Amino acid sequence: MSSEPPLIRAEGLTKHYSSDDGLLDRLFGDTQLVKAVDGVDLEIEDGETLGLVGESGCGKSSLGRTLVQLEEATAGSVYYHDSDSGERVDLTELSSSEMQEYRKEVQFIFQNPDASLNPRLTVEDIIGEAFDIHGIEEGNRNERVRELLETVGLQRSHAGRYPHEFSGGQRQRIGIARALAVDPEFIVCDEPVSALDVSVQAQILNLLEELQEEFGLSYLFIAHDLSVVEHISDRVAVMYLGNIVETGVPEDIFEEPHHPYTEALLSAIPEPDPLWVRDRVQLEGTVPSPIDPPSGCRFHTRCPQIIPPDGMDIEQAVYRDIVGLRQRIREREINVDRVREEFAEGTSTDAVADALVGQEFDHPPSGVHRDRVEEALSLVAENNWERGRELLADHYESVCERREPVLQEDANPKACHLYEQPPTESMDTGSRQQGSADD
Amino acid sequence: MSTEDTTSDGARARTSRRGRIRVTGFDSAAVRDRETFSADRTGISGAAANRRTKAWNRFKQNRSAIIGLAILAFMVFIAVFARPIQVSLLGEGFVIQPFQLAPHNTDTNLVAGNQPPSAEHPFGTSDLGRDIMSQVMVGARFSLAIGVIAVGLAVGIGVPLGAIAGYYGGWVDEAVMRLVDILYAFPFLVLAIVIIAILGQGFWNMIAALVIVGWIGYARLIRGEILSVKENEYVMAAKALGARDRSIIFRHIVPNAIAPVIVQATLAVGTIVLAAAALGFLGLGLQPGTPEWGTILSEGREAVIRGYWWVTTFPGLAIVVFVLAVNLVGDGIRDALDPQDEVGEQEGGFR
Amino acid sequence: MSLRQYVTKRLLLTVPILLGVTVITFLMTHLQPGDPVDVLIPLGANPSEEAIRQLRRQYHLNEPLYVQYFLWLKDAMVFDFGVSIQRDSLVSEAILTRLPYTLLLGVFALFIAVAIGVPAGIIAAVRKGDKVDEVSRIAALLGIATPNFWLGLILIFIFGVQLGWISTIPPSDVSVLDPALLTYMILPAVTLGTASSALLMRIMRSSMIEELNKEYVRMARAKGLAARTVIVKHVARNSLISVVTVAALQIAFIVDGAVVIEQVFSMRGVGRLILQAILQRDFPIIQAGVLMIGVVIVFANLAADIIYSFLDPRIRY
Ligand code: SF4
Repeated sequence: MSSEPPLIRAEGLTKHYSSDDGLLDRLFGDTQLVKAVDGVDLEIEDGETLGLVGESGCGKSSLGRTLVQLEEATAGSVYYHDSDSGERVDLTELSSSEMQEYRKEVQFIFQNPDASLNPRLTVEDIIGEAFDIHGIEEGNRNERVRELLETVGLQRSHAGRYPHEFSGGQRQRIGIARALAVDPEFIVCDEPVSALDVSVQAQILNLLEELQEEFGLSYLFIAHDLSVVEHISDRVAVMYLGNIVETGVPEDIFEEPHHPYTEALLSAIPEPDPLWVRDRVQLEGTVPSPIDPPSGCRFHTRCPQIIPPDGMDIEQAVYRDIVGLRQRIREREINVDRVREEFAEGTSTDAVADALVGQEFDHPPSGVHRDRVEEALSLVAENNWERGRELLADHYESVCERREPVLQEDANPKACHLYEQPPTESMDTGSRQQGSADD
Repeated sequence: MSTEDTTSDGARARTSRRGRIRVTGFDSAAVRDRETFSADRTGISGAAANRRTKAWNRFKQNRSAIIGLAILAFMVFIAVFARPIQVSLLGEGFVIQPFQLAPHNTDTNLVAGNQPPSAEHPFGTSDLGRDIMSQVMVGARFSLAIGVIAVGLAVGIGVPLGAIAGYYGGWVDEAVMRLVDILYAFPFLVLAIVIIAILGQGFWNMIAALVIVGWIGYARLIRGEILSVKENEYVMAAKALGARDRSIIFRHIVPNAIAPVIVQATLAVGTIVLAAAALGFLGLGLQPGTPEWGTILSEGREAVIRGYWWVTTFPGLAIVVFVLAVNLVGDGIRDALDPQDEVGEQEGGFR
Repeated sequence: MSLRQYVTKRLLLTVPILLGVTVITFLMTHLQPGDPVDVLIPLGANPSEEAIRQLRRQYHLNEPLYVQYFLWLKDAMVFDFGVSIQRDSLVSEAILTRLPYTLLLGVFALFIAVAIGVPAGIIAAVRKGDKVDEVSRIAALLGIATPNFWLGLILIFIFGVQLGWISTIPPSDVSVLDPALLTYMILPAVTLGTASSALLMRIMRSSMIEELNKEYVRMARAKGLAARTVIVKHVARNSLISVVTVAALQIAFIVDGAVVIEQVFSMRGVGRLILQAILQRDFPIIQAGVLMIGVVIVFANLAADIIYSFLDPRIRY
């Protein structure tokens, strides 16, 4: 890669929202922090497209908005490299009037073309607003607006119309023209095609690629679906619950080995190949709440490949089920009553526990594992959730819960313990108590 | 499709590897050609039919709203032409409106009081011998003026305050909304009465009282609208372009949040006229003898008990007809602005 | 948020509002132009210097404003508003003797409003779009457009003057417990109740229409349950929830109405007392009356919110 510094460089970028509404919540301490973006590092080179992928609710939109200062960062920096002056500025440090200058350099394209255009303004005023704000193209405004319309594949005569007179794809083109009006260097495209018909998606993607070539733009391209970013991106970053878990060029991302989360996302893409035999990786549950994210690897609550303790002889599917069980015990989500109803009054808890195993497991454990699980479930059946939880935690705690994996320093880093982690001092390997996930 | 990944012997093994087959149909030239006669042609109907014309067209379809509008136009006409209008400038009086439709002068006593309706005095005469029909006609001026001015000022105070509170949130919002909550603890008329008790009687004092009580409704209404409108992406887009707060509020947010305020304000003209009439009836309105509809009625109770029904009936009817017309127009505007909205908010009544 | 948390929070929100209400009420005497002692002197009286000094001491007018406020608030808490300026009685007594009449009028009016408004709203919603709906819409509009005092005057003229069924000037000494009082209450309550019923009807109609459009009601209808059963069981009960929330609004509406209606019918209620006090500039009475109304409405709103959150947990968020 070139020796030029990257156009955009985020360091430890963090965005937390507080959920309080008003004085009383603050007085009560009802405030909860939604950790939408939690210490993200990323770089975007000049002329490059970085694809950012993740399920909805993983914080990718917040990351995009914070990157261009549409939302104030809670912590961290965003360095912008001004290629004209050679200066590097931290956008997060700028006052809103200082930021004004850089609004011309970084722009945003929104997801929903129905909501991103003011319904009461004509196309001319929507696009022309950029000129009014920055006092550019004065006297030449209307002509420039028409040129921009042509640039994005609309007609000059469309300038006098209102947004509702256009189709979704055309509206998205207007949104693109608005972003282009200030002649930016970098544009965040926040799921720009996900609200459009499939037939129109390709047109917009192509337009974006052409514009990139024509104007030398850099993109952060956000999508919830890997297939969309595949051919538009130079590099891809996969995000889960506020963290980036894997980055790399598309070839690396799409080739094995994968981060387990990437693998799950990949398996959701339908393949046009009839010989495709890979099972879909079904993720359990939904994205956990970013208010109280899981410890260690944030994906461990759903990861099919979560690592069993060293030297344990257990099938992966069984172990996965045990991890799920432990989580339901922690959340007290096991329906003991339903099982108990099937038994006569005074049945031994062992029998109840046995039935509970049947209810809770797709892949029931055997041998020593079965004994432990039944022991824990009988504790649960006696309403002793805490002891049951501890018992299983003592035996089945994974390194994934204990230690947060980080990205390695290589071309296709993965934040996952399945891959070699950079050596860190003072990492606990033996002691179970400290940093226990269940604390 | 490209199949560059087939194995050397040509047989394709079953595989779990991705990306052997790729869709490469995104040829931009082809797409360009296609869209010029498909996508880009859609939605070119009815050039520049903007929403205001559409709303007006819907309003025109609404028979009762048009009737209401006609009644209002008639009453405005009466209010303007009932008596000549004079302005004095540099010590000299200029007559800017010379017509007099009212059959009699309202200032002076004409005939014996308490005459029942007759050809000469179609609405009868009052206790002091004034022609009630003339009073009602001239009274339209006061009532209409009070309604329009008080609503206008209340909107002028309530909308900016509510808009700022809704947009910025935080302590500004906290302060404005707490004040609104406190004022809401007093019923509309009671608060207006108390304010008049403090300020004293008179045209502008009455307006002041009605404005102080009236603005809170608009503040609350627009704040709620703004909270939802400001979530729209076009607001975010304006920020991304570097638009200033003032321009975001008044160019992007308020115009998209104002429709319910317009409806509410229209209906409120009726409400305010009713409130002003009640104040007049209670003897807290304009100076006694002013031909304002409520003030004419302040002697109504005595007259009715003595059997002079016409003294109260006609000014009261004028109020009913006016408020009814305002409500018809207001309902019509609401339906025109928001055709799918079946559900009527609470309207009319105080607040 | 649990119900308990919501209620605590809502209660705490009420505190600043109540404080604000007392501040505004207290400031009434001080917002007047001129010396606040002026409002304590009966109209037309010409007291001596000494008497004025005495008044100043009695009402703590020499203290700083905030001290005056707290002293006033302390008394107000136990409903002690001193002596009326114009009449020789305790303010609290004057109000309490008249309160029953106003309460009776309000309850009676509310009863009439519900008796007319709720069924009319249901019928209009069920027959939405046809003649019945149209007629009730016009009736409601007329109800809203008619000044209630004017309606009262017309009723007096018809039933009092023309037909002579009731006395146009009610005797002032009917006790609250006297059944004869009811006959004097009918016309005022009808006047007040019909105006209120127009509003109630519109709200009932719109919430009913919303409810009738919901999936489960359509399902029930499709399953062939008799229309009447569906309406009564599913819909009316749900719609009453929204009526609960406007009940607080109705209280404000009825208080406003009472002030006017008591004047029309010469009733000895609190509204008329306050009005007379205003005409005579008897501020202790005005303050006491206004404060009482404010506090009642704050608590009515509180109660409505809590009942509503109990019936419909969604709004707690
Ligand atoms: S660290 Fe463990 S839980 Fe996280 S992705 Fe890797 S294997 Fe799964």
